[in-house]
Amino acid sequence: MKITINVNGKTHVVKIESAEMLLDTLRRLGYKSVHRSCDSASCSSCTVLLDGNPVLSCCVFSATADGRFVETVEGLGSGEELHPIQKAFLEEGASQCGYCIPSLIMTTKALLAVEPDPTESEIREMLVGNICRCTGYEAQTRAVKKASRYLRGDEE
Amino acid sequence: MTPLAEEKIREFNVVKKNTDKVDGKALVSGKPVYTDDFDARDELQVKLVRSPHAHATIKSIDASEALKIPGVVAVLTSDDLPRVCFTRAGQGYPEPSPYDTFVLDRRVRYVGEPVAIVAAETEKAATAAVKAVKVEYELLKAVLSMDDAMKPSAPTIHPEEEASGIFDAERNIAAHFEMEIGETEKILKDCDVTISRTYHANTQLHAMLEPHVSRSYLDPNNRLVIVSSTQVPFHARRILSRIFNIPISSIRVIKPRIGGGFGGKQALHTEQYVAAVTLATRRPARLIFTREEVSMATNIRHEMQYEVKIGASKDGKIRAISMDGVSNTGAYGEHALTTLMVSGSKTLPLYNKVEAVRFSGNVVYTNLPPAGAFRGYGAPQGLFALDCIVDELATELGLDPLTVKEMNSIREGESSPIFKLMGEGREGVEQIVRSCKLQECIDRGKELIGWEKRSKGMLPDSRRAKGYGCAIAMQGSGIAKIDMGAATIKMNEDGSFNLLIGATDIGTGSDTALAQIAAEVLHVTVDKIIVYSSDTDFTPFDTGAYASSTTYVSGNAVKAAAEKVRMQILQGASEILEEPLPNLELTLAEVHSKETGKTISYSDICTQLFYTFNQRQIGATGSFVGEESPIPFMATFAEVEVDMETGQIDLKKLVSVADCGTPINPVQALGQLEGGTMQGIGWALFENVMYSQTGRMLTTDFFTYKVPTRMDYGELICELAESYEPTGPYGAKSIAEIGIDSPIPAIANALYDATGIRLREAPFKSEKLLFEILSREV
Repeated sequence: MKITINVNGKTHVVKIESAEMLLDTLRRLGYKSVHRSCDSASCSSCTVLLDGNPVLSCCVFSATADGRFVETVEGLGSGEELHPIQKAFLEEGASQCGYCIPSLIMTTKALLAVEPDPTESEIREMLVGNICRCTGYEAQTRAVKKASRYLRGDEE
Repeated sequence: MTPLAEEKIREFNVVKKNTDKVDGKALVSGKPVYTDDFDARDELQVKLVRSPHAHATIKSIDASEALKIPGVVAVLTSDDLPRVCFTRAGQGYPEPSPYDTFVLDRRVRYVGEPVAIVAAETEKAATAAVKAVKVEYELLKAVLSMDDAMKPSAPTIHPEEEASGIFDAERNIAAHFEMEIGETEKILKDCDVTISRTYHANTQLHAMLEPHVSRSYLDPNNRLVIVSSTQVPFHARRILSRIFNIPISSIRVIKPRIGGGFGGKQALHTEQYVAAVTLATRRPARLIFTREEVSMATNIRHEMQYEVKIGASKDGKIRAISMDGVSNTGAYGEHALTTLMVSGSKTLPLYNKVEAVRFSGNVVYTNLPPAGAFRGYGAPQGLFALDCIVDELATELGLDPLTVKEMNSIREGESSPIFKLMGEGREGVEQIVRSCKLQECIDRGKELIGWEKRSKGMLPDSRRAKGYGCAIAMQGSGIAKIDMGAATIKMNEDGSFNLLIGATDIGTGSDTALAQIAAEVLHVTVDKIIVYSSDTDFTPFDTGAYASSTTYVSGNAVKAAAEKVRMQILQGASEILEEPLPNLELTLAEVHSKETGKTISYSDICTQLFYTFNQRQIGATGSFVGEESPIPFMATFAEVEVDMETGQIDLKKLVSVADCGTPINPVQALGQLEGGTMQGIGWALFENVMYSQTGRMLTTDFFTYKVPTRMDYGELICELAESYEPTGPYGAKSIAEIGIDSPIPAIANALYDATGIRLREAPFKSEKLLFEILSREV
């Protein structure tokens, strides 16, 4: 079957196989920021925003994304300019190997849209599904706090 | 503390600053940087047929049905491959690990071991073909525990005659080591107090997020090119050359960005299979493991058990220590001897004031997944036993455990005979501890945890018990006289430099730290350093990303190369400016004459030398091998609460303060410490590998194998102590591994403090603790 999905503002009409997962479709379309790790909805490395909400693309059928809006980290920032969340992650050393980072940044974007000034416990709770094996999480918490300050205009 | 070391702590231009990661922008932008992101045309998809049995011989393999599936191109079995015995372990050469492995063998030794390689046009066809390959097995008795491995009735796991380097194949002993300094037993008998205990650290999964993956193809000159998620590109090239009997000159290994390793990618896991397919079909090939394969069929941590004896005088002075261990290397002896030795050599020198010390151990084969390198490399298993027994000794003596650790541990300017006696797989090197801020780490840790004000026992109006524990740890910085790193730097006419390094950044940030070292020497900003690493065709040799070596070993190599380039820049400037060398100095991207005030930019120097004047390339290669392995130190403190009715363990706070010399990039160094510490917390409390009765790993995904999440700990505070290692690049030593060493003993000690129950088998699951609480009540 064919589906129409809008990824980061660009419309794709794409042929999919039955039971194809959104992760595979997005990677095939060239959105390589969507990373395969557990392939069983337990690590969140493949998180994208579907109509603004974080979903695990390894367990979302591509067919259900028909006619909907997908956002990946490739759509953040403009040209050479990083989005404030990306900037905060870079500055705070929140990315070591980087494999979990695109999904974490997208989940953070969704979090900060709902709660622009989250507490540490809200950050931990909202991002709990995003496994990171490198950082020990602390730098990432610092980065999310910094990103929230950037987005609120409290820090440049 | 010696004044000498203190004097060297100073301000730098680039080093000790929080430069953004040189690959950071690409990583936070989701750029295609990992092995699986590079789509290739006409590429075959590779999958492996794996054994469902822990121990069996293969009677026959019938691929006829599989080959009928549309799109299936090849099914390779042991008959199609060279019968060459090797070790997958990526280590120095000659390897200290036994040659006991074939790409495919006629015998399988663990559940999940590959028995055939399938290549197809699509992943779907390859998956279908894997299911269609019919394998007939003859089952053998399986050895599923360390206890069973050495029993006279145990079957021999490695009877193959081609194997070499196995200590005692008949008795399933892959490796053995023993050493003694002084008369340990005699002194133990003579001590005021002597205790003996057994500690058991279970295995752990690396659980790096990027699965093992590699691609291979033939370049236009028919050279074999491998792109791989490897920590050891140069070792991979050497091992592939041996297996397939093709010259090293015909192989190129490229490491792109890596999604985490922790030792789990310090062996050949995928490369040999894609290479076999490409060599057989002359076509590109790709193999990416599923999460289940990553867990059950790559490498895991060596499970180790130690019987420890310790003796002391009444005042708490430790007089003798004896450690006798057994380590489980699973089906193959990868890193078997060396992890055993490190569990002694990177723990026992902590207590260097003993009159006698003994260490021995056997590493046994079992029919479980092969163990391999894993952050800490044996040290955390050894430290669990050693630190806890010192803690128990103090309790026995009625002394404060931390006081006993402080009064007996090593200090700056001191040494230990163990440094010479125990290296990795062979003799080590004599060295003195030139930088040690262990006491400062302890003092700061005490402050951060509130050690002096701590109260223990039952919390008021609750069923929760509170306790505190501490542990001290050491590690190394590369393997002395074995690990070698090299760097090449060449100058461009805009004043930028290409830094070509064999060193392998697996997410640690070593590309950035090494760029900072080059920039510091060359007096430029980091953006003038263009880093390219880990490509066997284009970068000089480096042993790879392991043994906490990169900052120290490769860092010193970069410094050596940069210093040569610096001299060449001055020489070029001297010729152009017609000024004698002693007049000249480097300022930011310029050469300046102290005498005449004349100044010339790097860009002008290089442009003239390229195009118009005394034409030549400025560039140099430097290499470094450590004469010693400087020791980072750390103190860890844990605060726990235990629900005495459910056994639930709540890690309220954990503090780790480490001495890594100069942190080349403080944010990244702290990240290594925080990350290592969290892996230690996971291993202490949650990460529990389980097997079925037939030896199949049951905990192969993140539902069944629990790595710590953001909600599983209270407060984590990591800090770096101020220190300077005189032999390190700008005073640096290592930080990558040490974080994982001490959480297990610190948490064990805290749990004892809270409950009076001493857990001697890690991980410390709540149900285990509850069982102990209930047993005590009965």
